[in-house]
Amino acid sequence: MASLVGSRVERKEDKKLLTGRGKYTADVNFVNQAYAYFVRSPHARAEIKKVDISKASKASGVVAVLTGADISNDKIGGLIAGWRIKSEDGSDMKVPAHPPLASETVNYVGDHVAVVIADSLDEARNAAELVKVDYKVLKAVVSTQDAMNSDQIYKDIPKNLCFDWLLGDRAKVKEAFDKADKVIKIDLINNRLIPNAMEPRAANADYNPSTEEITLYTTSQNPHLARIIISAFNGVAPENKLRVIAPDVGGGFGSKIYPYAEEVVCSWAAKKIERPVKWVADRTESFLSDCHGRDHVTHAELAVKNDGTFLGFKNETIANIGAYASVFATVTPTYLFGPCATGVYKMPAAYSNVKAVFTNTAPVDAYRGAGRPEATYTIETLVEKAARELGMDPAEIRMKNFPTQFPYQQTLVHSVDSGDYVTGLNKAMEVGDYKGFEKRKKESASRGKLRGIGLCSYFEACGIAPSPVVMMLGCGIGLWESAEVRFNPTGNVTVFTGSHSHGQGHDTTFAQIAADQLGVPIENIEISHGDTDKGPFGYGTYGSRSLTVGGTAIVKACDKIIAKGKRVAAKMLEANVDDVEFSNGEFVVAKSNKKKTIGEIAFACYLPGTYGEVKSPLPEGEEPGLKETSFFDPANFSFPAGSHICEVEVDPETGETKVVKYTAIDDFGTIINPLVVEGQVHGGLAQGIGQALYENCHYDESGQLVTASYMDYTMPRADNFPDFDLGFTCTPATSNPLGTKGCGEAGAIAAPPAVMNAVMNAIGTEISMPATAEKVWKACNENKKTNSEAA
Amino acid sequence: MKTFNYHSPKETKEATKLASSNSVFLAGGMTTIPSMKLGLASYKDVINIKGIKKLSGIKVSGKTLKIGATTKHAEVAQSKEVKKSIPSLAALAEGIGDPQVRNRGTIGGSIANNDPAADYPSACIALNATIHTDRRKIDADKFFRGMFETCLKTGEIIESIEFEIPAKSNYQKFPNPASRYAIVGVYVAKHKGGVNVAVTGAKSCAYNDKDLSSALTKNFSSSAVQNVRVSPSGMNSDIHASAEYRANMVKVFAKKAVEAC
Ligand SMILES: Cc1cc2nc3c(=O)[nH]c(=O)nc-3n(C[C@H](O)[C@H](O)[C@H](O)COP(=O)(O)OP(=O)(O)OC[C@H]3O[C@@H](n4cnc5c(N)ncnc54)[C@H](O)[C@@H]3O)c2cc1C
Repeated sequence: MASLVGSRVERKEDKKLLTGRGKYTADVNFVNQAYAYFVRSPHARAEIKKVDISKASKASGVVAVLTGADISNDKIGGLIAGWRIKSEDGSDMKVPAHPPLASETVNYVGDHVAVVIADSLDEARNAAELVKVDYKVLKAVVSTQDAMNSDQIYKDIPKNLCFDWLLGDRAKVKEAFDKADKVIKIDLINNRLIPNAMEPRAANADYNPSTEEITLYTTSQNPHLARIIISAFNGVAPENKLRVIAPDVGGGFGSKIYPYAEEVVCSWAAKKIERPVKWVADRTESFLSDCHGRDHVTHAELAVKNDGTFLGFKNETIANIGAYASVFATVTPTYLFGPCATGVYKMPAAYSNVKAVFTNTAPVDAYRGAGRPEATYTIETLVEKAARELGMDPAEIRMKNFPTQFPYQQTLVHSVDSGDYVTGLNKAMEVGDYKGFEKRKKESASRGKLRGIGLCSYFEACGIAPSPVVMMLGCGIGLWESAEVRFNPTGNVTVFTGSHSHGQGHDTTFAQIAADQLGVPIENIEISHGDTDKGPFGYGTYGSRSLTVGGTAIVKACDKIIAKGKRVAAKMLEANVDDVEFSNGEFVVAKSNKKKTIGEIAFACYLPGTYGEVKSPLPEGEEPGLKETSFFDPANFSFPAGSHICEVEVDPETGETKVVKYTAIDDFGTIINPLVVEGQVHGGLAQGIGQALYENCHYDESGQLVTASYMDYTMPRADNFPDFDLGFTCTPATSNPLGTKGCGEAGAIAAPPAVMNAVMNAIGTEISMPATAEKVWKACNENKKTNSEAA
Repeated sequence: MKTFNYHSPKETKEATKLASSNSVFLAGGMTTIPSMKLGLASYKDVINIKGIKKLSGIKVSGKTLKIGATTKHAEVAQSKEVKKSIPSLAALAEGIGDPQVRNRGTIGGSIANNDPAADYPSACIALNATIHTDRRKIDADKFFRGMFETCLKTGEIIESIEFEIPAKSNYQKFPNPASRYAIVGVYVAKHKGGVNVAVTGAKSCAYNDKDLSSALTKNFSSSAVQNVRVSPSGMNSDIHASAEYRANMVKVFAKKAVEAC
């Protein structure tokens, strides 16, 4: 049987998803279900004086109106920050309480104040208008830059500072800077984004008063984590009485890794009223209350020698984490960001200092790339500026500073096991016809357009993550992954994974792996995930981890199956175990024609007997059945890397910028399914280009979200992109047997600096993301002015 | 959505009789339904006018093109008569929203709604349109009164819009990257009696830019546009475009329109 790894197997899940036969949380309905509608704060910051539910409680169809007082009476715990960060001075981070329903203060527009539960959604919504909340409105803190000098939001959190974290050695950096020929400085804003998964968040919780069990359907990238948090922290029900199911989920991009107030409230309320409670966010609620992404203000410096050699790097960042510390809010701007900020370069001295601040805006958490896009944007725009200031070619300065020996121990944290950055950049320059740029620029100029080219060489730390390492750094959970491979008696296979697919294509990729390992046709393999009652505990999907960590667990479980199969085959074939070899789905006794297929072995394991005589095919002491579980904890992160080259055309009359050519050469290690990987890269690039040119979350001074709908929040569309030229290099990862590195975030990481470097190359001025038409037009006009003044 | 009475009259008269200060006509519903769903508007009576046959259709007669009020954007975009008589109007319709919107939204609904960034109002002004209602004829330059405001009276129904067929015309739209409504849209039409330059998106309501119109009446060329000063005063300013930028874009897109005529 030919190997399926590396082949473009069409996605098994697409038929269902593309023909409308997917089953999402909103498609789940229970008999007698009630509908929840949340009363949300219209103010960015206010004290709650009084919540009057008397009218709403009496409105048509209303079953219950529950408030912060009820949730605290029932001792339901608050939402948690999952990663503990220490400040440079050794003190612990400071986080405010985050009750699922507020009772004293509200801290962003959209914050949850009460829930109305009614027989129909319309009745719930109408009654919600009758809940009278008496607010004392306070001055909101909105600006990331000014948060530390603004009014204090929480009594116990001075300067609105969650932590002031340092990674690296300030003294060594100072030494390096003292020796520098030149210091390149840059001030950046990493614009705040709203994730916009196609499927809005939703929950449907069913409570069975006889068994006291709650079944919660929810839009989650990580149902096991939702269960442990809702059980252990919110205290809604013990883990054995809470089943969490994340059925088909329409995208997450990080925003669905952890449970929100709504899931906690629906589960708790279902138990309270003994009826199923369903909630589906409308799009406005998604804009207001899904955790947002990015939002950094950064000052960075690079110390260089005149020949372009990098000597040292400083990164001073303020990260806005919004009104509360969400589950991965504190790790995203620290360990996911700081270590990666030195990029793919030899950087003898470096530090990253991050101050995380609270503001009266929606919580900010992991969003596709989580910290690594911010890191890459910082270093890659800085390196490009260094090239400009030193009069060097941007490719040359990069090549000069790439490490060429692997494994490579970086200065800050990571020990990069494998990579070949030189080959990657060379290939990108070849595929993207770097040499031909001047000719294309002339052609654009003949049409009145300014053409620019921009590079980005990136790496990321994926395959998240070695549990002891992350727990040492403050993570509240392990990050290994599980798999259970279960042969059914008739020889087909169900594979349970603790990761979760919400667009990534697990059903296909994971089946390819199992098919290769077991020699079973791919059609006979089903991948099951997303249900805490099926298969073992797992940690879900994010951080480009599923294949590298979860896929490896599948390989390990298959190894155990094969080991058992060999023992059984040896008995059945009357041979020595050591003489049994397994390949292509067959157990063969060496140097003989004696063999059993894996299907025959499975059958024998489940039906271990023979008609008419007492005879077992199983060796003495061997248990019946054929099912194995494996938990894989990687020894290291994996390190995808690559080089992207973007070309843009700017219309100086209008400032409109169009990406006209985009080349992405990525090293994801071994590729299981190029079709799936290309899809992941396309999606990532769309989000990365979106951040660079279009998307921007905008709060006004009072903390009202101005971009709360698609009328104002610019989601990029297909016509905003050219055809992407993709290519790959491959240095297999050494930390997992598959050699895979992860591909889900690369596009979103590499594209923003590649695009912005191209825009700045076209117009010759630094500008911030997103490079909207008006901003670019203004920059072009400024240039015209200075040029004519100079002349 | 709040409950309401739904009516589906077959005659204009019946529709006007049902109308009150607490009713709405339902044409494409592309504005009305979302605002009802979001709770921004609620009505006692929703009067569907799509069943009134005489309100739809496209007809060229002599020097004018007449389009029935409930004619959908997609029908205008695809119409042979429109493409032949005023191709720029078919192109304008093709550039509204997305396929779903174009197959629901109507010309009458669009101009009755008079969104400051809608496309059709500029066409009405540039093409010296006459708005025919169930009770009178209104010149386009008197019809549009301000932001979401027209001179229609309660219960008054637009029956059709009659455009003067120009010698040359072109519409250039600079779409808002998010909503794809016009940040500015400029409709240039050259008639026997002179040139109209109608602008949408820039101010609270579409208008005829008199300076650009008279400059182009004297000299129909893009260099004539270059010499006109377009003032940003009174122009919209929002997160997508400042008044100053809009003023400049009016000129840029006027030039593009003249060059494409
Ligand atoms: C996603 C989206 C994108 C859009 N993009 C654009 C765009 O790019 N450019 C653009 O110009 N428009 C755009 N629109 C608006 C759209 O083109 C519709 O024309 C507009 O929403 C109103 O037309 P309608 O037929 O849907 O009217 P309805 O929503 O049915 O009615 C709107 C109003 O007009 C009144 N009305 C309707 N017909 C009559 C009549 N015959 N007489 C008197 N009053 C009447 C109604 O009482 C109501 O007050 C967009 C809409 C959406 C939803």
